[in-house]
Amino acid sequence: MKKRDRTPKTYARITYPMVRDEKGGPLRRASWDEALDRAAQGLGAARGAFGMFSCARATNEMNYVAQKFARVVMGTNNVDSCNRTCHAPSVAGLSAVFGSGGGTSSYGEVDHTDLIVMWGSNARFAHPIFFQHVLRGIRNGARMYAVDPRRTSTAEWAESWLGLNVGTDIPLAHAVGREIIHAGLHNVSFIERATTGFEEYAAEVEPWTLSVAEKVTGVPAEAIRDLAHAYARAERAQLCWTLGITEHHNGTDNVRALINLALLTGHVGRYGSGVQPLRGQNNVQGGGDMGAIPNRLPGFQDILEEGVRQKFETAWDTVIQPQYGMTLTAMFEAMETGDLKAVYCIGENPAQSEADSEQAVERMKQLDYLVVQDIFLTKTAELADVVLPATAAWAETDGTTTNSERRVQRVRKAVEPPGEAREDIDIICDLAGRLGHPWKYADAESVWNELRSVSPDHYGMSYERLEEHQGIQWPCPDTEKLEPTYLHGRLWEADPAKRGRLAPFGIVKHDPPVDLTDDQFPIRLTTGRRLDSYNTGVQSGSFASPLRRGEYVELCPEDAERYGVTVGEEVRISSRRGTVQAPVWIDPGLRPGLAFMTMHFPDEVDTNQLTIEANCPIAGTAEFKASAIRIEKLPVTSTASLSASA
Amino acid sequence: MTAIPLQLPRRLIEFTLDGQETRVPEGSTILDACRAAGKDIPTLCEGDTLTPKNACRVCVVEVEGARVLAPACSRKAEAGMTVSTDSERARHSRKIVLELLASSTDLSTTPRAAEWIKEYEAKPERFGEDAARLNEEPKVDNDLYVRDYDKCIQCYKCVDACGEQWQNSFAISVAGRGFDARISTEHDTPLTDSACVYCGNCIEVCPTGALSFKTEFDMREAGTWDESAQTETTTICAYCGVGCNLTLHVQENEIVKVTSPHDNPVTHGNLCIKGRFGFQHVQQR
Repeated sequence: MKKRDRTPKTYARITYPMVRDEKGGPLRRASWDEALDRAAQGLGAARGAFGMFSCARATNEMNYVAQKFARVVMGTNNVDSCNRTCHAPSVAGLSAVFGSGGGTSSYGEVDHTDLIVMWGSNARFAHPIFFQHVLRGIRNGARMYAVDPRRTSTAEWAESWLGLNVGTDIPLAHAVGREIIHAGLHNVSFIERATTGFEEYAAEVEPWTLSVAEKVTGVPAEAIRDLAHAYARAERAQLCWTLGITEHHNGTDNVRALINLALLTGHVGRYGSGVQPLRGQNNVQGGGDMGAIPNRLPGFQDILEEGVRQKFETAWDTVIQPQYGMTLTAMFEAMETGDLKAVYCIGENPAQSEADSEQAVERMKQLDYLVVQDIFLTKTAELADVVLPATAAWAETDGTTTNSERRVQRVRKAVEPPGEAREDIDIICDLAGRLGHPWKYADAESVWNELRSVSPDHYGMSYERLEEHQGIQWPCPDTEKLEPTYLHGRLWEADPAKRGRLAPFGIVKHDPPVDLTDDQFPIRLTTGRRLDSYNTGVQSGSFASPLRRGEYVELCPEDAERYGVTVGEEVRISSRRGTVQAPVWIDPGLRPGLAFMTMHFPDEVDTNQLTIEANCPIAGTAEFKASAIRIEKLPVTSTASLSASA
Repeated sequence: MTAIPLQLPRRLIEFTLDGQETRVPEGSTILDACRAAGKDIPTLCEGDTLTPKNACRVCVVEVEGARVLAPACSRKAEAGMTVSTDSERARHSRKIVLELLASSTDLSTTPRAAEWIKEYEAKPERFGEDAARLNEEPKVDNDLYVRDYDKCIQCYKCVDACGEQWQNSFAISVAGRGFDARISTEHDTPLTDSACVYCGNCIEVCPTGALSFKTEFDMREAGTWDESAQTETTTICAYCGVGCNLTLHVQENEIVKVTSPHDNPVTHGNLCIKGRFGFQHVQQR
């Protein structure tokens, strides 16, 4: 059982390379040459069983070079990032419908829309500056609806809060769709012109009457009806979601269920109307755009298209594997079967961010070779054979990142990196050189210009233009013009040739959370972020936030009373996978049977020991949002001895 | 299908500014017209991201035929109007405003205040040493930012930024009336007991340095704050995917302050606690 320590762990920067002489031995300081030689040898020995974890926090340029390293030097498409643990279902869902994996609107459009639906998103905490655009919209007269199991600080601003049961998003979306159809509010001309599969969709949602949906989702029928009518009748509407939709074992289906509503009402492809996933890392959009995902080449171009492969094979003088690589999730499974023997992990901390984190650590220990490149000695780096000290991309390098509205913006070097830390791109190039590929890039801009030459969507974005316009949104194929701020205006074209591929309705079914609640584990645990903290806390733990209060298990007042626990009281929390201890916090925004925890303080309370690794079969994202737990009071003696030892 | 909301083409209106015929788009303020014409009018309570409350009166100009002077920051330019920015009456009024402000509050960290006092020959010292309105210790109740109300001119900008114009947190407001008026949290509690979410958007708009980063406050106390030795580099925040633009103010390779460009389409100068204050991890060297 873990002892509690209330001071958050602060991480010091790594300032020199480190190597481990034998498995199980300690890490020791090494020269760059020794560390790089060893890393090259270790990775080179594992050709054919290699995986790259690329960093959603680093620049586009770094991600471009990282995926090129995997594909050209190591000959594999096994490259992925933490997008897999958050918004991979959004990318999968959006690209299945529209052929492009980005949100369709811009923040500025939210200021001027008429209706905003925040579904599974506490943007007030997790995306505060996006939420300022929502507030502006509300001040300009827009109505906002919040769909969330918790009555969050986002919901406080809503016209109506739809507090659904965890994992019943599809029933709710289907009931909204059915109500729109039955009220005759669907946009018939848009459906006929721009979509396929409407008949099948209408049949699929037909059983989801308001009263059936009320039984399954827990949302009053009248509230569902109100949302359906408001959304369908709005002149313009924005449908935004975050991880409440994607971090489920059927995340991609959830995304499709939401997009269906936009297709049904024609709320896409127009100014002020669109669908918008809010992304969680500064460059998780860009990482995917740069091809640091197993199924796409830079510019989000499909690996399975022969013409695309040929273009890259010519540009890179290589042969590209004509099949998709392994996702992060699949790579972890392959560690166990021995199909993956070496990993080059840049700036990721899967030892703490993966669902069922103990299993993730055990799997990484089975690797023959692990190279970690990071700015901190994270829990993942502690497992590595070689640790390479890198620069903090956002403040110590030049380059670009891409945000949630597809805006590519310049990152600029403001401070000098500590000690012997080096830029990611230089380190990757040195390793590539040792493995027979002497790459030379003068600077980040030359990497960017290489990317522009192979990615039509980025072709028009020179550094000069990015500076001039304070960032440019993709697609930007032209060096003179700018495209509209929203995507898929083509769907409204009268000419079928211009309209392009029609958008298919997603025929998806309700599938409740895998981790069922029962007498043993009666409480539904969901997870999320707080305002002042971030992910595994490695980055946010070191500033003196007055709001930080460490990890708690949050319960509603009724449950606290039922278990006879009070604020601050340490309790034992168990799931079918693990047990942790945390103090109780009481949040009246929760409902009986629903508990909330964050993943911000894993060194204090490792919440991901509780979560389930039930993965979305399409996108590979785990069901962080729905675990079954039980809460137990600690025996009095045990509490006393704990506080004595702490 | 909804059309893109193109605004109606704005008409140009003509008026006389300091004897010159001037044309500005309808809806422009006199201050907009002055700035377009390259005239330098002092301003304190006006902010490029806020609707002004006309609190400071330092930007007043004379409009022919009007009984009182008009604040240039709020008064819209009208066709046929005759405006003098530099008349005796306007200059005299600005001088008095500067004298009243500079005698009752500490303008030592207000950019350009010293320059304006010289230009308008203001003599704040004539009100005596004890004209200071508050004379109290700076409020240091958290590790992120400091409130030094001896420097506060009650321009309302922080209240508007915290309230309905941007942040909508409503942690601070004006309390008291008349000479007792001041900016305060609810019941004057420490920030840590208030609704403050530490976004620092109040610091971003404060014109006098009454609100400042704790880093800046401490360095000023220690005498090490040196703006001439600082670089300002705009980059992208390292946290969530919204993509806020951060301007890092760096002195001797340490980040000492973070701001955001006011004309940026993502932030409009606003940040959250992580973007504003969450930079420390880079410097755990």
